[in-house]
Amino acid sequence: MATPDVLMRGEKLTRRWGGLTAVDEVSLELARGSVHAVIGTNGAGKSTLINLLSGEIPPSSGRVELKGVDVTAWPQPARARAGLGRSYQRTTIFPQFTVFENCRLSAQSRLQRPWAWWERADACALAVEAARGAAAKAGLAAEIDRPAGLLSHGGRRQLEIAMCLATDPEVLLLDEPLAGMGAEETDRMLELLAELRPGHAILLVEHDMDAVFRVADRITVMVNGAVIASDAPQAVRANPEVQAAYLGHHA
Amino acid sequence: MDFRGGRNVVLAAAVVAALALFPLVAGKFGIDLVTKIMIFAVLALSLELLVGQTGLVCFGQAAFFGIGAYAVVLATPQYQAVSIFWLAPLAVACATLYALFVGSLVLRTRGVYFIMVTLAFAQMAYYVFHDTPLGRGTDGVYLYVRPSAEVFGVTLVNFEKPVSLYYVALAALVATFAFLAVLLRSRFGRALAGIKANEQRMRAAGFSTYAYKLAAFTLSGAIAGFAGVLFAVKDAFVNPELLAWHLSGSLLVMIILGGLGRLWGAVIGAFAYALLQEFFQSQAIFGDLAKHWLLGLGLTIIAMVALLPEGLAGLPAAVSRRLARKPARSAGGNA
Repeated sequence: MATPDVLMRGEKLTRRWGGLTAVDEVSLELARGSVHAVIGTNGAGKSTLINLLSGEIPPSSGRVELKGVDVTAWPQPARARAGLGRSYQRTTIFPQFTVFENCRLSAQSRLQRPWAWWERADACALAVEAARGAAAKAGLAAEIDRPAGLLSHGGRRQLEIAMCLATDPEVLLLDEPLAGMGAEETDRMLELLAELRPGHAILLVEHDMDAVFRVADRITVMVNGAVIASDAPQAVRANPEVQAAYLGHHA
Repeated sequence: MDFRGGRNVVLAAAVVAALALFPLVAGKFGIDLVTKIMIFAVLALSLELLVGQTGLVCFGQAAFFGIGAYAVVLATPQYQAVSIFWLAPLAVACATLYALFVGSLVLRTRGVYFIMVTLAFAQMAYYVFHDTPLGRGTDGVYLYVRPSAEVFGVTLVNFEKPVSLYYVALAALVATFAFLAVLLRSRFGRALAGIKANEQRMRAAGFSTYAYKLAAFTLSGAIAGFAGVLFAVKDAFVNPELLAWHLSGSLLVMIILGGLGRLWGAVIGAFAYALLQEFFQSQAIFGDLAKHWLLGLGLTIIAMVALLPEGLAGLPAAVSRRLARKPARSAGGNA
């Protein structure tokens, strides 16, 4: 480990689908206390990168390190238990369950005790507390007893984050958490990110450029699966290659 | 989940009491029929754990049932009673091991493939008993001596008496139901519900879902094997049809008819299916048409599933919803 603060590291991660290289030798570091944003056009490989880091798909080559341990061969659940939380671009919740049960079940993953068939799941104070805390942090305290399927779109995005937090992760991989959110909801989410920053290493994939430049400590720009720039926000904004490839659309 | 509030407990106690008193008023035929239905209810509960609670549609549940039943018969010497206290664990262990083996392979598939592969493994077991010396062929095997149930020289249950078998089956049904009701409220049960709702999210949260599904599959096979033990002891006869896909299919119909997602559904479905079958097979009612009982049974099941998408167990909820909606509509409120 170069610096003790780096919680997650991807080294020369590559993923090919047949002839297509979705992610091409991408290296990046996520350090505690910073928000690392990844931007790029649709199909640039951002979601695939998150899937490689979270273990949902294996890389064609390259290496993933979590808290100094090589986890390249670990399946997703093992990485999650080691402190990796992720949210999905397309909302992935338990729509039939209440908001509380969504969070409680996520928190249960920290203390699974599957053999204890006689113990009530909701009698576990640890999971119940973690669930209430996570829901409150994500701004869902008032809706805790509602079925998750009845939440607004923004509410579901918040729940996605709450479920992630309920597992008490140190590394957060957030795949477009602001997609489809209104201005007010976006502000609240950015506040939450700022609040989480000190204790977590956060990877943020996002299309909302204003938001990215507001919260990111570092920005990586991907085009066709490869990284063309990775720097502080101001440097990225000034990078002519980035302007041509991506930010140019906005200018 | 199934014991929401005290009302359900009262209802369950009433049903158990009614079943316990039934032999006092019923004849030999009635006792035999309800014994058989209760054994099938245990078997249906094992399938409900997989299909209704975990979302795994298994089309080979009869194999575990048949293996449990065959193990009882094949492990009994020809003219000597064997203690049920080692015969039953042995038979359940056989079914459990086969479920563990099958589960470890079939759980690598999903959806339609899962259905077909569970069917294939069950048919494989079927042909082992149908076509090899082990199973002694199509005609089946008789159990000449039923097992004994002695503890320190005291006979607890006489399996030769139909009424004793009835109460054993009732106790088994109550125990299985209570066990599963408690299990479904536990962390394990909630994890299964999560896997059914969204397996991807469960993995992202840190649950090794394969291990959970394998545990559910193996447990389900064990319960099905237990039902097979009861069946072999009751009928004192086994044949390869106990493992056939017809039975696996009938079991799926039972739990769908009763209502997926509720333990009660499996029990109600087992009763409804068997009673409908008796009804349509009755020569006294249908005369010669009784030969074509499958037609009547099939049409009735189609009608019931079409009219009650939540099954018979969802009937009270559907009725109360309808009652609640009517006044609201007449008062001009939106439904």
